[in-house]
Amino acid sequence: MDAKRYELNVQLAQMLKGGVIMDVTNVEQAKIAEEAGAVAVMALERVPADIRRDGGVARMSDPAMIAQIKQAVSIPVMAKARIGHFVEAQILEALKIDYIDESEVLTPADEECHIDKTRFAIPFVCGARNLGEALRRIAEGAAMIRTKGEAGTGNVVEAVRHMRTMNREIRQLAAMPVEEVTGFAKANGMPYELALKVKTLDRLPVVNFAAGGIATPADAALMMQLGCDGIFVGSGIFKSADPARRARAIVKATAYFNDPARVLEASMDLGEAMPGLEIASIPEEQRLAGRGW
Amino acid sequence: MSPVIPIRAPRAPEIGILDLQGGIQEHLDHLERLGIDARRVKTADALSDVAGLILPGGESTCIARLLAIFGLDQVILREVRRGMKLWGTCAGTILVAKTLVGEPAHLGLIDITVERNGFGSQLDSFAAEAAIPKVSPDPIPLTFIRAPKITHVGPGVEILLQIDDYIAAAESPDILVTVFHPELTPCLALHRYFAGKCGLTPQKADGPALDPSWKTTSWTRLARLP
Repeated sequence: MDAKRYELNVQLAQMLKGGVIMDVTNVEQAKIAEEAGAVAVMALERVPADIRRDGGVARMSDPAMIAQIKQAVSIPVMAKARIGHFVEAQILEALKIDYIDESEVLTPADEECHIDKTRFAIPFVCGARNLGEALRRIAEGAAMIRTKGEAGTGNVVEAVRHMRTMNREIRQLAAMPVEEVTGFAKANGMPYELALKVKTLDRLPVVNFAAGGIATPADAALMMQLGCDGIFVGSGIFKSADPARRARAIVKATAYFNDPARVLEASMDLGEAMPGLEIASIPEEQRLAGRGW
Repeated sequence: MSPVIPIRAPRAPEIGILDLQGGIQEHLDHLERLGIDARRVKTADALSDVAGLILPGGESTCIARLLAIFGLDQVILREVRRGMKLWGTCAGTILVAKTLVGEPAHLGLIDITVERNGFGSQLDSFAAEAAIPKVSPDPIPLTFIRAPKITHVGPGVEILLQIDDYIAAAESPDILVTVFHPELTPCLALHRYFAGKCGLTPQKADGPALDPSWKTTSWTRLARLP
């Protein structure tokens, strides 16, 4: 990917700011998401909550299903490839979708290497738990970052932890004298040049969305107030009692995240949210955020 | 019913950017570079006295839905009748068009026909360069991100830039449309031009078309929350 292409890919993510990207598993859900005001859909076979429940190996979705969704909506279509599975990514690029999520929600294909995203023209978004992880993915060519959170739990606590961690590390970098950056970058596994760039910008050089556990309008507004640029909702919509209504409510709360009266209005009468999971109840080896590094 | 005579309300010397979703910060930054007062507009009150309003790039279905839910579409129509100028970039062009290919129009404020995703998917997004004589004597950079195409303009609409088989910029007395994103490039010329259309004189009225200090990460400059 040349520099100009990378710039265009970062810029598409910029145009998604303040919006909600929704997980969908078929054409009908994609249309509900678009109608509700989603800025993009993430096409996948099973939402994270089902992947978590069913176990087994989760892979890239059937390209035929993704193609149908692409046909059915005018908003950007994203799809997930397994961490390190560059051939799944090649297939998704050949399918000409708009963005690939190299995602820990699917079973990793490579425990050592992530995809070399610089070899692609198509943009990638990657998950991160802290600034070092975000900058390593950007060094590999990611044009957009999201928190990992803990997908499929309906529990926002991990997304909050990851966002607060990134914010804290950015503040630390911004405040330190430049000669301390080398040591800080080394200790936190950050590519030095990118650490320096974050110090200058006082934020990530690409768009950073919240993902993993967002289930309510209040969760979305919380992540926006913590400084995220936008929201991914996975299981939170189509595992709830009234998906269309909840989808619209989360879009409203994301747009008006700083206006409690509007978030209140969006939170009324939504029916049951998705069932939630306490993080401590999930055995370590079943936690998705630990996949990738 | 007799026609309603529009009252030209007094307007603040300020440009608003519709802040529902999309590339808002990028426009704010460009206006600040020109020394033009600008504000984010999220409510009817904030919208009711600006001299001009920018409908930014983003996802038009999302922005259209929020405009309708909160009744801001009606406020925009009213304020345009009362003298507010409007500039739609990319998604904003879709929102103001009178005709959309294959779907109902939204604000219908300018007689143009627009085809959504006119070029294809993100892999077909591209950057180019062209001169728009009315806006700047020098060629300016153009960034097209999943851009729509203007395929036709009606009477009273002037074509500002035609490339191959599509129209990339056009205007009527009240409305300016560009399917590309000047706010994603160092180009200040379109923002200067729109300010003039709103009757505002930028403090830096005669500067260069391109901001030499602009970088691709410039949008992040003011993007953090306070």
